[in-house]
Amino acid sequence: MEAYVSLFIKAVFVENLALAFFLGMCTFLAISKRVETAISLGLAVIAVQTITVPVNYLIYNFILADGALAWAGLPDVDLSFLGLVSYIGVIAALVQILEMVLDRYVPKLYNALGIFLPLITVNCAILGGTLFMVERHYDFGESVVYGIGSGTGWAVALIALAGIREKLKYSDVPNGLQGLGITFIIVGLMSLGFMGFSGVQL
Amino acid sequence: MSEIRKIVIDPLIDNNPVTLQMLGICSALAVTTSLLPALLMCVALTSVIALSSATISLIRNRIPNNIRIIVHMTIIASLVILTDQLLKAYAFETSKQLSVFVGLIITNCIVLGRAEAFAMKNPVGLSFLDGLGNGLGYSLILIAVATLRELFGAGTLLGYPILELVQDGGWYEANGLMLLPPSAFFIIGFLIWVIRTWRKQQVEDADYQIHEVHRTDVY
Repeated sequence: MEAYVSLFIKAVFVENLALAFFLGMCTFLAISKRVETAISLGLAVIAVQTITVPVNYLIYNFILADGALAWAGLPDVDLSFLGLVSYIGVIAALVQILEMVLDRYVPKLYNALGIFLPLITVNCAILGGTLFMVERHYDFGESVVYGIGSGTGWAVALIALAGIREKLKYSDVPNGLQGLGITFIIVGLMSLGFMGFSGVQL
Repeated sequence: MSEIRKIVIDPLIDNNPVTLQMLGICSALAVTTSLLPALLMCVALTSVIALSSATISLIRNRIPNNIRIIVHMTIIASLVILTDQLLKAYAFETSKQLSVFVGLIITNCIVLGRAEAFAMKNPVGLSFLDGLGNGLGYSLILIAVATLRELFGAGTLLGYPILELVQDGGWYEANGLMLLPPSAFFIIGFLIWVIRTWRKQQVEDADYQIHEVHRTDVY
């Protein structure tokens, strides 16, 4: 249990996908102008990440990895080169399914998320989470926790940035830095703050 | 001829994918701690984007409109797998350093963005050149950031010592911050500032201004 808690804390703060690995930056910078939309997008990312990482774990370990097809009587088959295509397919399909399920059962949340749900397919934080899970050889429990943790970390960073940018409207920014430039500097400062967590012993 | 030149040169500064269109930033930041992986990443991305644009343009009249994103993703993913396998075969050590970021070219918005915005409407040759131009625009930023970070963070370029480090009896105290993630954000932020001071038409309007009159340099 303790191992899971520390993995969660690590995924949220120390190895924050957005601020330490720069994943999902495009969406991160584009959808952080208002706190409300940031919260919706953050929730959507947590949901998708929590589902995709374990599902891709199952696909990798029971179909793609070297010798994983032993249960089907094919112990010599190594399909790991098909990884990237399968992961992105799974992500696209899951986002589509999630969209339909939400539309049918929770229309309120579906309307709140709106355009952001389909956009998540091309968010590199989602694919990145899966690739890190494969690279680090997490087991099933760990991959569930890592999915939740990394999604939460990304959402926390996004909402914090949106909060700062809302206040920033009232400040006098030099002309050349207006918009994208100053956002980069702020994200840099946030990232500097998050670097402080890297000393935490877990 | 001038059209071709425009397609290739325009994305370098005037319509740069990273600093103006805000695309493909993720990998631009992550692989720039030293120059060699950055160069490899540039080559990988530029070839993927040029080839995917050309391929998509080749079959653009046969792609049904409502499943076009999936078709694009499949083409891009196949090209990325090819690149990944080539890198693992010929540059194994560096490809280890790039870790997941080669795979993440699939979700790099420049590739999909150019497929959507350009390759779906233009002939093969022009799409290839457009992909090439955007790849080069991305590479320009990547190489600039990686050069600064490796030079000031480790005193080397491509592994060769340029600035003599203090611990080797030289004069330069390595700046460790340059090797950490935050410095990439700062460098790109300042790079944008420099480019926009030079090309004033890229400056964004402020969302909100308290007193217009206080700004003496309103354009």
